[in-house]
Amino acid sequence: MFKVQQTIGSVLCCKCGVPMPPNAANMCVNCLRSEVDITEGLQKSIQIFYCPECGCYLQPPKTWIKAQWESKELLTFCIKRLKNLNKVKLKNAEFVWTEPHSKRIKIKLTVQAEVLNGAVLEQSYPVEYTVRDNLCESCSRFQANPDQWVASVQLRQHVSHRRTFFYLEQLILRHDAASRAIRIQQVDQGIDFFFGNKSHANSFIEFLRKVVPIEYRQDQQLVSHDVKSSLYNYKYTYSVKICPICREDLICLPSKVASGLGNLGPLVVCTKVSDNITILDPRTLRCAFLDARQYFRSGFRSALTSRQLVKYFVFDVEEPVGEATVGGQKYALSYVQIARESDLGNMFYVQTHLGHILKSGDQALGYDIYGANVNDDEMEKYRLSVKNGLPEAILIKKCYDEQRERKRGKPRAFTTKKLPMEMDESRGGRVDPEKMENEYEEFLRDLEENPELRFNISLYKNKDYQESETASMTDGEGAPTVPIEELLAELELSEEEEEGDDEEDMDE
Amino acid sequence: AKFIAFIFLMATRLQFENNCEVGVFSKLTNAYCLVAIGGSENFYSAFESELADVIPIVKTSLGGTRIIGRLCAGNKNGLLVPHTTTDQELQHLRNSLPDAVVVQRIEERLSALGNCIACNDHVALAHTDLDKETEEIIADVLGVEVFRQTIAGNILVGSYCALSNRGGIVHPHTSVEDLDELSTLLQVPLVAGTVNRGSEVIGAGMTVNDWTAFCGSDTTATELSVIDSIFKLREAQPSSIVDEMRKSLIDTYV
Repeated sequence: MFKVQQTIGSVLCCKCGVPMPPNAANMCVNCLRSEVDITEGLQKSIQIFYCPECGCYLQPPKTWIKAQWESKELLTFCIKRLKNLNKVKLKNAEFVWTEPHSKRIKIKLTVQAEVLNGAVLEQSYPVEYTVRDNLCESCSRFQANPDQWVASVQLRQHVSHRRTFFYLEQLILRHDAASRAIRIQQVDQGIDFFFGNKSHANSFIEFLRKVVPIEYRQDQQLVSHDVKSSLYNYKYTYSVKICPICREDLICLPSKVASGLGNLGPLVVCTKVSDNITILDPRTLRCAFLDARQYFRSGFRSALTSRQLVKYFVFDVEEPVGEATVGGQKYALSYVQIARESDLGNMFYVQTHLGHILKSGDQALGYDIYGANVNDDEMEKYRLSVKNGLPEAILIKKCYDEQRERKRGKPRAFTTKKLPMEMDESRGGRVDPEKMENEYEEFLRDLEENPELRFNISLYKNKDYQESETASMTDGEGAPTVPIEELLAELELSEEEEEGDDEEDMDE
Repeated sequence: AKFIAFIFLMATRLQFENNCEVGVFSKLTNAYCLVAIGGSENFYSAFESELADVIPIVKTSLGGTRIIGRLCAGNKNGLLVPHTTTDQELQHLRNSLPDAVVVQRIEERLSALGNCIACNDHVALAHTDLDKETEEIIADVLGVEVFRQTIAGNILVGSYCALSNRGGIVHPHTSVEDLDELSTLLQVPLVAGTVNRGSEVIGAGMTVNDWTAFCGSDTTATELSVIDSIFKLREAQPSSIVDEMRKSLIDTYV
């Protein structure tokens, strides 16, 4: 169909007389703007509250929203605070620069609305926000009393060493279980954790329950009481006891427990402690597992602990008479001829479960039952009841001291992280720093020797460690070390990262 | 000595009972003027002060309503009223208007004749759906040439344009081509404009004849100047007055 071309003519603006193309209002834009203000009735200035401690803005009644200066979240938040903005259509919003310390935020909003007879008018206008400082609830509570804890977990293990706590520390770091703790304090035979929330403490205890056998009780103390609304504020304390049986302990089981486990020879060695205790009878190579409930029902203690380990020199190892694999660990029963390092003349002929790793000429660590004065009722009872007497010695592990001599003074290939713990100053410095050092050194050695211990722990590459050039060992056997694949590189946000690319000598 | 007097008139701004749509309540032609009956006499006296001795001003209603400007259409030759007009009103009109003016009541479905017909003394624009009969009556009674047209796509030609023998204003959205076409048909200069502060309904907002015009009091100065210039109400600029005067003065000496 033929359509005549329609050219839009021009009319004079009815107010100012300037020629313009006709529109619905027949007024030029300026006259229209001067006539109608679509921003009338919209909020132009408003007050918002900001917490300087945590950088959050208050959205009444109670929510605090974290937002950076001049960020998208802040823009959304500011626009949400404006009332009546649904009457017009929002086209654009942007920040106008203000001095950060002026406590003012300026936003330029562009809105569109219909005026007069259907003409759509667009107008920009600024909105000014006055920022007022107001600490949010949690920050003010923290300011009032930084030590404000609601729940505390008192973790204790009544043994004379701190190996378990070193290991637990690494576990906690790996699983981030104590991230919500307000404070961690180290005390004589344990660690105290303070939490701001009862549920945080509960989840921490659940975590502990999975990794060590524990027994705990809960108590509470009334802090304040609101009579009118019947609200009670308590402080909760959990007293957690870790079972005192540790790895490498020698235990004489009470007769009830022994018969309950199928007549496991009352002298047993504890091989592993996780949420169960694994005990091994060195004479029959039989293993048993006790979980926390079973243990705490009888509550027996170890007869001899790793402090009392004595060095033995192995003269001769016979062929293993029996082998067993228990829990991934291989054991071989064989007879050995050993003598104490301090008393090489006195030779013993004993059975041991370490037949697979001992060779003649090795050093081993074990319990000297022959010469020791054991203060254990069960042991005494057993000694009296048995005909042939107790075994003179029970070997526990191979000793690598000689090989360690060579590496003395050289740094390890790995480092560990530490929890932010406070030392307990109040007891008058009972904790001996040198003793702690030695214990920690032993713990690290333990880690090196036992790959299964390393399973749940994160070890980090030691940046200062350099692989020594003379990697050749004279007798082809070195002290066990952590293979480099197991080490994690620490996250460093710097350019360079040194790497020792050399292959580690992986013996044993 | 000849003496030629120049009457300078501008458009007048007024209201009918606080309403600015003057063209709804009045009808102005070169031979007569119709006004609606209002509560106060202000409307009537405004017309009277301008037109008293020149043309008769008749107060009336049509079909009992006051919207007479939109119901009837007329020029100096005649007046057409819709079928809703009562006999008394018809008689009253016939009595009050000059004898040269023919008053005719027509039977037409579209009874708002003022909205459907825009006319001056020579030519008329009509609603496209008007009856053939009506068209003939218009041509006959008003003595005009009738053209069926639309203005800016609107069929109510009477509402969207104001026409006199010297010029006309149409709907502001009229395109340039349409404007040219209409101007050729009507043989008068046309302009697209507004009245009453940007209102597009020009026919309802103002009423005009060859020497005077009345518009609503909301009309801005710009609109007023447009009206003055297109209807040639203010003939000359001040500077050229003297020249004209001088010409005539010189004439006298000669």
